[in-house]
Amino acid sequence: MARRETPEINAGSMADIAFLLLIFFLVTTTMDVDSGISKKLSEKPPKDYVPPIIKERNIFEVNINRNNELLVEGQTMNVEDLKEAAVKFIDNGGGEGKIEDGVPTGKCDYCKGERNTSSSDHPNKAIISVQSDRGTEYGMYIKVQNELLRAYTELRNRLALDKYNTSYDVLEKAYKKDRKNEELKAKVEFVKSSYPQIVSDAEPTSAN
Amino acid sequence: MSKFGKKKKPMPAVNTASLPDIVFMLLFFFMVTTVMRETDLKIENPTLPSATEVKKLEHKSLVSTIYVGKAKDLKLGRGDKIQLNDKIATAEDVTAFIYNERSQKSEAEHPYMTTSIKADVESSVGTITDIKLKLRDVNALKLSLSSRKLEEIKQ
Repeated sequence: MARRETPEINAGSMADIAFLLLIFFLVTTTMDVDSGISKKLSEKPPKDYVPPIIKERNIFEVNINRNNELLVEGQTMNVEDLKEAAVKFIDNGGGEGKIEDGVPTGKCDYCKGERNTSSSDHPNKAIISVQSDRGTEYGMYIKVQNELLRAYTELRNRLALDKYNTSYDVLEKAYKKDRKNEELKAKVEFVKSSYPQIVSDAEPTSAN
Repeated sequence: MSKFGKKKKPMPAVNTASLPDIVFMLLFFFMVTTVMRETDLKIENPTLPSATEVKKLEHKSLVSTIYVGKAKDLKLGRGDKIQLNDKIATAEDVTAFIYNERSQKSEAEHPYMTTSIKADVESSVGTITDIKLKLRDVNALKLSLSSRKLEEIKQ
């Protein structure tokens, strides 16, 4: 018997098979990265919880009614002006800061506000309270939250630029890449605690 | 003038031997990046609000998603509906949903679990608040209000 050579496998259809698979994955793939405004909910208060008394001037009241209109500190306002008003309130620095672990933080020495005695004492005391109606549109609610966060970002960036010559965004990004860098961590923590985000959601009002 | 006297050769075929390699490379790329959608949307695909101060959600496996929007099925009414997994549910079911999500993860990962609410811009804040209260009851405190990234808000 003559020895036959083993025939080569025809690889011509390989491309077709690969194309078929490729098209399948192309169709099923979703490239969206989920992103959103992150919030930390407060813990459920115990039954006999008495809310602490907070000075009126340390609260920045934002109301959104069911017609998506904005009422800030008793005055109507456009969403576009909200950021500026919030910055003014947080950065006021009109008094002493709160006492942390028995150590008073004292006056706000990095604030550049008007130091008005009828506005907030210190960024770590300044509370922004958002009250919305049950009928408020979710899009409007997000817009307001976004404007308030923008105010904090602006202040943090300014402080980081003054102190470390880099913006807070850059610092944070660098820290995320290099978690073990103690120096960066201290910087990020400092800026964060200088302007802590205190945005609270009040129980929404309802028509009935 | 022999140059012109030559017979015309037929065009050589393009070598396609490397085509499967190219296709395979693309195939692997899509295989790696693909995420299969696990749930069927029972509500209309929500138009997410846009915001500038968004954070990317890391650790996709630790994210549980709650959808809020209008139901596709008109029989269910035109109000805001909450979808958990594959079913339209009520705010009361959120508790069970979170417990179920938790039971699939190890104890150590529980504090890092995030709930992402994908709600339509036109849904009402009341519905979102109901969900939030339920989440607070079960101590699922990390929340992300899903929004699209916008570079700068046009004014």
